[in-house]
Amino acid sequence: MLEIKNLHVRIDDKKILNGLTLTVKPGEVAAIMGPNGSGKSTLSYVIAGRQDYEVTEGEILLDGVNILELDAHERAAKGLFLAFQYPIEIPGVTTMTFLKASLNAQRKQRGEAELSTPDFMKKVRAAADKLGVPQEMLRRPLNVGFSGGEKKRLEVLQMFLLEPRYGILDETDSGLDIDALRIVSEGVNALRSPTRGFLVITHYQRLLDHIVPDVVHVMSRGQIVKTGGKELALELEKNGYRDYVTEAA
Amino acid sequence: MDVSVKNLKTTGETALAALFAPSGAAASKALRQRAFDLFQTMGLPSRRLESWHYTDLKRMLANVAPRAATSAAANVDAEAGACVIRFVDGHCIGHSALPKGVTLRGLSDVLAQGDADTLGALYASVGSEDPVVALNAALADDGVVIDVAAGVTLDAAIILDFVSSDATARSEFMRCLVRVGAGAKLTLVERHVSAQASAQRHLALAVSVGAHASVSHVFEGVADLDVLLASLLVDVAAQGNFQSFALVSGGRLTRRQIWVRAGQATQVGLRGVSLLRGEQHADTTLVIDHVEPNSESRELFKHILDGSATGVFQGKVVVQPNAQKTDGGMKSHALILSDDATMDNKPELEIYADDVVCGHGATVAQLDDDQLFYLMSRGIPKTQAQAMLIEAFALSAVDFVEDEVQREQVMTFVRDWMMARGA
Ligand SMILES: Nc1ncnc2c1ncn2[C@@H]1O[C@H](COP(=O)(O)OP(=O)(O)OP(=O)(O)O)[C@@H](O)[C@H]1O
Ligand SMILES: [Mg+2]
Repeated sequence: MLEIKNLHVRIDDKKILNGLTLTVKPGEVAAIMGPNGSGKSTLSYVIAGRQDYEVTEGEILLDGVNILELDAHERAAKGLFLAFQYPIEIPGVTTMTFLKASLNAQRKQRGEAELSTPDFMKKVRAAADKLGVPQEMLRRPLNVGFSGGEKKRLEVLQMFLLEPRYGILDETDSGLDIDALRIVSEGVNALRSPTRGFLVITHYQRLLDHIVPDVVHVMSRGQIVKTGGKELALELEKNGYRDYVTEAA
Repeated sequence: MDVSVKNLKTTGETALAALFAPSGAAASKALRQRAFDLFQTMGLPSRRLESWHYTDLKRMLANVAPRAATSAAANVDAEAGACVIRFVDGHCIGHSALPKGVTLRGLSDVLAQGDADTLGALYASVGSEDPVVALNAALADDGVVIDVAAGVTLDAAIILDFVSSDATARSEFMRCLVRVGAGAKLTLVERHVSAQASAQRHLALAVSVGAHASVSHVFEGVADLDVLLASLLVDVAAQGNFQSFALVSGGRLTRRQIWVRAGQATQVGLRGVSLLRGEQHADTTLVIDHVEPNSESRELFKHILDGSATGVFQGKVVVQPNAQKTDGGMKSHALILSDDATMDNKPELEIYADDVVCGHGATVAQLDDDQLFYLMSRGIPKTQAQAMLIEAFALSAVDFVEDEVQREQVMTFVRDWMMARGA
């Protein structure tokens, strides 16, 4: 279980999360919707272990263990994965090299043997085929010159390879064309299992037609202000956030 | 100004001047005397000399080590087909079999013969107004003059291998000339790799690239020297091609200074990677002088600085009035890994012709936090993530090393350097 309890986060002197509480159970898909700037990406970065945020209160528990003291790479090895809203370009590092380094670094931390190159290639090829990522893309420098949609596909490909226990998808649907949205969603659905949970951040109900959530949270000003079933997303699509967002004092 | 202050010499300058004892034919002696006089007037360069602004040699070469005695001649084996010319403690001790079309003479023979052409190429080269090049001209009494006949293509490299016999502090003064005949092709390796060295090495290497000739120069500067002053004096005749790649690491003080005179429709490429840590100081200062039309020059230097190391890059591309259609591009990028490391980065253009395309860029940056986090979020530990980014940073320059074996050697060195950092 992934539990976020009363999380307060600030950067510099700006408070971004204000006592956020949220739980993702194994096997569950939880969606988060909320206005721009409400702190969704911040939450996802803090869960993944980005260092420039200051957690002033609260905790994040993975299967009952507080992970706030762990480095990002340790959290990844424990099964957390963040599909970035804006994937990072790294010139000079080929995508394939990066994928292999990631997978083997996690295996090493878990005390598993590194994958042989043929085994690794087989795994990558399977994931690439499933997500419609051409092999040629994997030989290019990581994310460099990839289109918005290509970057998002590659994020999901990474999730496929790394097989996390909890996947956080931060606006993975933005930038995807209609077919890609379907392909990527099918990919995510294929990963759904009773032992794996997802936190899906999105602005659009459309994604949730493909990846049907068990629960929908509305986030505003760094807090969860409403929780409901999948029908909540439909309601938001119609009425916007006006019922949930109070003006600043 | 108080004249007595001006004439005050540092102990370093006095010790160096005491080593001057030119031998050879009258013409040779006269040229070396002229160089010595120039050195005496200028002294060791300090910050006041613009081209040495970031490397205060007057201060950094306060203690001059004694000159090495002669070294015994020895057999030298070729390396995987490459011809090796070995210098031990500043003296040429021998060489493996010379390839066909290559002749070699010792510097002392050349000085004794005193033929005007060779002396001109040795002493009246580009850069001869620099005090350290002049000092080298005055004091170097060992070296080689290599001639590669016109039209000869050498499949294997010629390696100038500079080693120290042990860790005793010694001063070495060497001057070499490599003349590459029209249309010839050569890879020339300048190697300073011996471990356990603490020498003060003064080396000037003049290269004259004949018309249509092509030279690929590789500088391996990874020996743990006290001082390495390496001057590269290059003259490229029409349609000639000169490419150079340098790996600089190890050593307390490294100063590479390069002058290239680029003739008509020539191609020049100077690139390098430096990896510095501790208190190391490495300076690359270069001038490319485009004197005729239609030539192209490219420079790309990557500096990686850790600890309290200092990196210096000064590059000047000069385009003379006659050098229309010059295409010049110079880049110098530094990556700073610690708060105490510093980089002085100064690229310049000096353009006197109107129809040219020239540009330059210099950056000093730290590792990108977003990139680091992205790698770490995938499970890659911090030191490994840093190593990946540093390798990627160096790669775009290393990619220009044509020889695959050498390219891989350089990348291995970069990786090992990073590993040592993590340890
Ligand atoms: N490094 C930072 N420095 C200052 N403010 C920041 C920083 N990072 C985030 N913020 C601010 O925190 C707030 C929340 O940002 P965040 O990116 O988490 O929002 P979001 O909900 O993901 O928005 P969107 O829907 O537009 O992606 C915003 O007001 C943002 O400007
Ligand atoms: Mg966001």
